[in-house]
Amino acid sequence: MAKPSIAVHKFSSCDGCQLAFLNAGPDLLKLAELVDIRHFLEAGMADEDAKVDIAFVEGSISTRDELTRIQQVRANSRIVVTIGACATAGGLQALRNLDGRHEEWKHAIYAQPDFIQTLDRAEPVAAHIEVDFELWGCPVDAAQLLAAVQQLLFGVSPLDVRDKVCAECKRQQTICVIVADGQPCMGPVTRTGCGALCPRFGRDCYACYGPSENPNTAAMGQALAGLGLPPADIARRFLFINSQAPAFHRAGLAHYRAGFADE
Amino acid sequence: MTATMPEQRFLPRESLQTLFDVLAERGYRTIGPVVLDKAIQYVELSDASALPTGWTDDQQPGHYRLTQVESPRCFAWANGPQAFKPYLNRSREVLWESRRDSEGNLEFVLPTPTDKPLAVIGARACDLAALALQDRHFLDQARDPGYAARRASLFSVAVHCTHPATTCFCVSTGDGPRATSGFDIALSELDDGYLVETSSDTGRALAAALPLQPADDEHNRAAAAEIDAVAQRQCRQLPSDDLRQTLFSRLDHPRWEDVAARCLSCGNCTSVCPTCFCHSERDQVELGGARSQHLREWDSCFSEGHGHLHGFQVRPETRHRYRQWLTHKLDSWHDQYGRSGCVGCGRCITWCPVGIDLTAEAHAICDDAIEPEDSA
Amino acid sequence: MSPNLPRQAEVVDRTEESPSTFTLHLRLTDGAPYRFDPGQFNMLYLHGAGEVAISIVAGDAQAGVLTHTIRALGRVTKGLQQLGVGEHIGLRGPFGQGWPMQQAQGRDLVIVTGGLGCAPAVSIVHHVLDQRTRYGRLSILQGVKHTDDLIWREQYAAWAQLPNTQVLLAADVAAPGWRGHVGQVTALFDQLELDAPRSSAMLCGPEPMMQAAAEQLHARGLTADAIFLSMERNMQCAIGHCGHCQIGPDFVCRDGPVFPWPRLRPLLGVRGF
Repeated sequence: MAKPSIAVHKFSSCDGCQLAFLNAGPDLLKLAELVDIRHFLEAGMADEDAKVDIAFVEGSISTRDELTRIQQVRANSRIVVTIGACATAGGLQALRNLDGRHEEWKHAIYAQPDFIQTLDRAEPVAAHIEVDFELWGCPVDAAQLLAAVQQLLFGVSPLDVRDKVCAECKRQQTICVIVADGQPCMGPVTRTGCGALCPRFGRDCYACYGPSENPNTAAMGQALAGLGLPPADIARRFLFINSQAPAFHRAGLAHYRAGFADE
Repeated sequence: MTATMPEQRFLPRESLQTLFDVLAERGYRTIGPVVLDKAIQYVELSDASALPTGWTDDQQPGHYRLTQVESPRCFAWANGPQAFKPYLNRSREVLWESRRDSEGNLEFVLPTPTDKPLAVIGARACDLAALALQDRHFLDQARDPGYAARRASLFSVAVHCTHPATTCFCVSTGDGPRATSGFDIALSELDDGYLVETSSDTGRALAAALPLQPADDEHNRAAAAEIDAVAQRQCRQLPSDDLRQTLFSRLDHPRWEDVAARCLSCGNCTSVCPTCFCHSERDQVELGGARSQHLREWDSCFSEGHGHLHGFQVRPETRHRYRQWLTHKLDSWHDQYGRSGCVGCGRCITWCPVGIDLTAEAHAICDDAIEPEDSA
Repeated sequence: MSPNLPRQAEVVDRTEESPSTFTLHLRLTDGAPYRFDPGQFNMLYLHGAGEVAISIVAGDAQAGVLTHTIRALGRVTKGLQQLGVGEHIGLRGPFGQGWPMQQAQGRDLVIVTGGLGCAPAVSIVHHVLDQRTRYGRLSILQGVKHTDDLIWREQYAAWAQLPNTQVLLAADVAAPGWRGHVGQVTALFDQLELDAPRSSAMLCGPEPMMQAAAEQLHARGLTADAIFLSMERNMQCAIGHCGHCQIGPDFVCRDGPVFPWPRLRPLLGVRGF
């Protein structure tokens, strides 16, 4: 039986999620035995138009070229899995969607803005094609990624765990940084998957895994206000890496004023 | 009341280390309280000097802070987020492993227990009451092998509680502040040392190896007075009625909606609860697929997984989930285990990030004195 | 056998019942005896994916073969659907309280099922047909959403030919040529030849259907404690430990899945339990 084939495609992103593969160490070598890696630029395989069983897509759809390329990826792939915050919820670059001032920003930042061929919005992959499975996080967790690969190789869909970070914090016996330290932790509305990485090191979760299931963002916003955050900072907590995730988008806009102005 | 008390002997403070040493000699892995990451936590320790000497706590709904005071005492605090439950009912545990050979045959293997016997120093009355409930759940009808093995070798050194937090209400549930059962040795802490009582053969054998002195009346009086004073200092309590009659008759009470608006459904309350037992199971498969570990992990009635059925979610909204937590804990637990599932430790109040108070919610739903909604 | 550890089972045969429903015939490879009561369930384990609770449709003690009919809805059941003959899975069980077949001896049985081929109810029919003389009249009422969802048509037709047996079928939406009732399964009660005082009812299917059926059968004279329901909840451990399947004080995996109606009646239909 032929080995299943995979591809790793990059769109608008920092490449950090591809590193989850590269950082897998011995598991990456094992993966290379199990599957035929047809396209993965960061690892040196280049065959962008390869037809594959599983395509992993990193990055948001942010340029005109990407609009067509993502359609090709879909057409060439039996299963499409988005990896990371950019691909699943727009990423940091989607903050430009907030105020419709993309042209102004471009001109303010770049010496020769004419070379910047970006769309005025950055969008998650699922806004353009059907996605079979989404892996969240900035970046994705290598163990979660490999577990998803193995499940797909078994022919079952990966386990989609949408529990709150708090659940994992408590399993790890991590002390709550809200209750014991007054930090504006987003754990109660953020999906787990990171292993409660930030709270384990005594700092507040900044929601890089996107919204959990059943997130009470209104009560979370009030709790953040109670911890002393002004509205602009509350807006920033929701409108950060996953600003296009609907639950965070709505919650953030309730506190947002143009340009994250304070009042 | 000193007349009815078991015979107590005195362990001078400077000899507390011998307790650790004797436990170590007898092959125990000892856990006890230390200050770690801004909270009292139970970790493995072999040295009495690691105990939280002079530390005390301030607990309010959604608020926990430690402060240091001038005191020789090591147990002058109320419980932190966990005591020893995670050592028995582990937050994550392999139940079995499935191994598949190249022909596709499966073999199922139980993990080999490798734990040394466990001793806990500083078990509180509330946590011992909770232990009794965990025992009933994991041992009575179906026996959980991992829990059973760890439980069978547990040696517990209780310390009667003299420093309740504002969130504590063990007096109202009848589970504290004095530990009355479930321990091998119990200590009452005084400035100059500990009164020691025993309640099992293992406890007596171990106490015999300690440099104990006769306890004088002053020690006995002081210790009893401190424990009795706890009752006066606890301000929270559960409704005293039989909540079995009440909670299930008020499933439509408006308070369920009210609390759901505040509740983050994060499950912190259930995770810190010493009696909560819910867990989920999942597989963690090794890349290549030859081995897959079947895991058990703490779960919560506040998670979507808890009420998940294909095509149907039993508890889609937070009001359903909070109601499941409260009706189970305070009501249907009576039918399951002959008593309420609440031991009054107050952790769910302190460790709720938004400070929801289980006693206040129970009163709001159960007290008939509650006024109907007025024209606010 | 430990209830905590799966045994290996081999797929000895499989049947495609419909595009989403399939039947696995399993043989335990350790050869150790296995017996179950109608209405009990097993935990089937797909290597690397997880376990799922599936009721036992039938068992052939002689051949050592157990039959499970499964709907491919979730990740594990969709994986099980891909299994071929000769492949292996894990099996724990049987678990739970089955139908009160002992208590129902000498009585008429009314079986009401809804949804896609209600396996727990079929186990009753197999049991009754095995010991036909011990039971009175057998009435089987099966409702489906759409006639395309009806599996085991030949079996229903065969049962309808048996003496002292009535089979009534209903579909909410019917394809052309449907000769059963169009509408809800409870509407079939008018056609039921019912001797209420000597009848026991066994219900299986969506909860609103069971609730309506129980109320209506009770109104037609069945005593409340002669009505039994098979419940479905999230069951992960199957031994009353994991806590997911609780309905009020009951653990469905251990105290059920079959319950007398009066036990469930206060919480049946209350969202959240």
